[in-house]
Amino acid sequence: MVSEHIASLQPIAWHEPRDSYDVVIIGGGGHGLSTAYYLATRHGITNVAVVEVDYIASGNTGRNTTIIRSNYAIPEAIRFYDHSRQLYAGLEAETGAAIFHRVKGHVWIAHTEMGMRTERGRVLMNQAMGVDTELLGPADVKRLVPQVDLTGAGRYAVLGASHHVPAATARHDRVAWAFASGASSRGVHLIQHRPVTGLLRDGDRVVGVETAAGPIRAGMVLSAVGGWVSQVAAMARIRLPVRTHPLHAFVTNDFEQGLDKIVASTELACYVSQTERGQMLIGAEFDSQPSFSRLSSFDALRSYAYKISALLPFLRSMRILRTWAGLCDISADFSPIMGETGVDGFLITTGWGTWGFKAIPAGGEAMAELIATGRTPGLIAPFGLDRFRHDLAMADQASAGTR
Amino acid sequence: MHELDCPRCGRRPLDEFTFGGERRPAPDWLTDPDDRDFDEVWVFENPAGITNERWFHSAGCRRWLTVRRDTNADRVVEIA
Repeated sequence: MVSEHIASLQPIAWHEPRDSYDVVIIGGGGHGLSTAYYLATRHGITNVAVVEVDYIASGNTGRNTTIIRSNYAIPEAIRFYDHSRQLYAGLEAETGAAIFHRVKGHVWIAHTEMGMRTERGRVLMNQAMGVDTELLGPADVKRLVPQVDLTGAGRYAVLGASHHVPAATARHDRVAWAFASGASSRGVHLIQHRPVTGLLRDGDRVVGVETAAGPIRAGMVLSAVGGWVSQVAAMARIRLPVRTHPLHAFVTNDFEQGLDKIVASTELACYVSQTERGQMLIGAEFDSQPSFSRLSSFDALRSYAYKISALLPFLRSMRILRTWAGLCDISADFSPIMGETGVDGFLITTGWGTWGFKAIPAGGEAMAELIATGRTPGLIAPFGLDRFRHDLAMADQASAGTR
Repeated sequence: MHELDCPRCGRRPLDEFTFGGERRPAPDWLTDPDDRDFDEVWVFENPAGITNERWFHSAGCRRWLTVRRDTNADRVVEIA
C-alpha cells in the first residue's frame, strides 16, 4: 500500500521565473494552486505563476484538520460545498496522485434542544438539496461511534446528532502537491519564498506585482492569500470584512482501536478524526481576539482537550504529540468571498476562515472559470464581495463549527 | 495572550473577558457616503501590528476596557 502511495507522488517541476505572465496568483496554498491547475487543465491557460511567500502549502492548507463535507445550512453554501466534495471524490482518478481520500461520515452531536433544532434544520435543508444527511438519536450515535460517552462526562449529554454520510478526509499536503504537480507539469510556474510587497498599477488597473526580487507583470492578478489578506488587499486600496484569528490543532499518539467517523459537537465546537497514520487529529474554536501569532497556546490546548475528552473519554489516556496553529481569514458572515473586487485586473478569493480546505477544488475551478471567461460562475455568484453592500450577507456561522 | 490586567480587578484569565472588537473610524479618504456606511458596518482594519480595541470584563467588574495590543505577538501594550 505505502509503496503504491509513494509511486503516485508526482514530481513538481520548478521553473526559472519570467518577468511577465497572463495570470499571477498571490499565495501558493490550496486555493491558489487549484486555480492554477484548473486554468491549465480546463482552459488551456498555462502562462501562469503562483507566487508564494514561504513554501507551497506552508499556510492554512498544511495546518487544517482535513475534513471534507457539505452539510451546510444555506442552499448557496450546500450547493457549492457539495460540488467541491464531488470534485474531491474524483481527484485521485483525475490527477493520478494519491491524496488518501477516504469517506467516513460526519457525526455532528448536539447537547441541547437548541443544538438539536440546529441539526434538525441542517438535515432538512441538506435533504431538500439532495445531500445525504440524516438525523440520529442517542442510540444511533452510540452504534456509529461506540467510544462516545452519551452522558458527555455528566455535563454535555448527547441528545442526538446529524450524520452526513458522504463526509471524507484527505491528506492536506498531498492535495496541495496533486494540484501543484498537475499545474507545473503543464507549464505553470511555482515561485516559492518570494514575498509580494506591492501591486503594479497602470492608472486604476492592476498590471502585476512588486516582489522582494523585482516586479512581475501580469494580465490579471488573483489574491489567494490566507491570514495576511487584509494587508494584500490594502495594496489595491480594498478594505475587507475579514479578521485574522488563529486556530489551533493537535494530534495524539496512535489509537489502535480505530475511530471510523469524523465526530464533532455543535455546542462544544470541537471535532476529531483519525489520520491515516492512526493519530487522533483534534481542533476546536478559533481564538476570540484576532492575531497573527502562530504560537500554540496552552490555554487553547487545555480547552480543546477538556471538551473533546468529555465526548470521547478514551482520549484522556492519550498524549498530545504535536501542536500547531493557522491564521484564519474569518469573514464577517462566515462565508467565503470570491470574485471581482471593483479594481480592474485584481480578483480575490478569501474569507476561507476555518472552512477553506473542503472548498479547494470547487473554489479553484470557479476562480479559473472567472479568469478564463470574464464571467462569474453561478455557483460562486452569491459569494461576491459586493454582497455586504447590498445587504445580502451569507450568514452561516453554525456550519463552520468553530465558534 | 493568557491574561488581561483589568484596572479595577487586577490580572485575570482571558476567558473572563469578551472581545469587543477594534475601535476604528472609517478613513478620511473614503468620501462617498455609501462607501463610508459599508466601511463602518462591515470592514475590519485587521492590522498586523498595533490595534486599539474594546474588551468587556464579563465575568468580573462588567466594565469595558480599552486595550492597545500588538497583534503580531498577541501581546498587550497598554490598558485603560
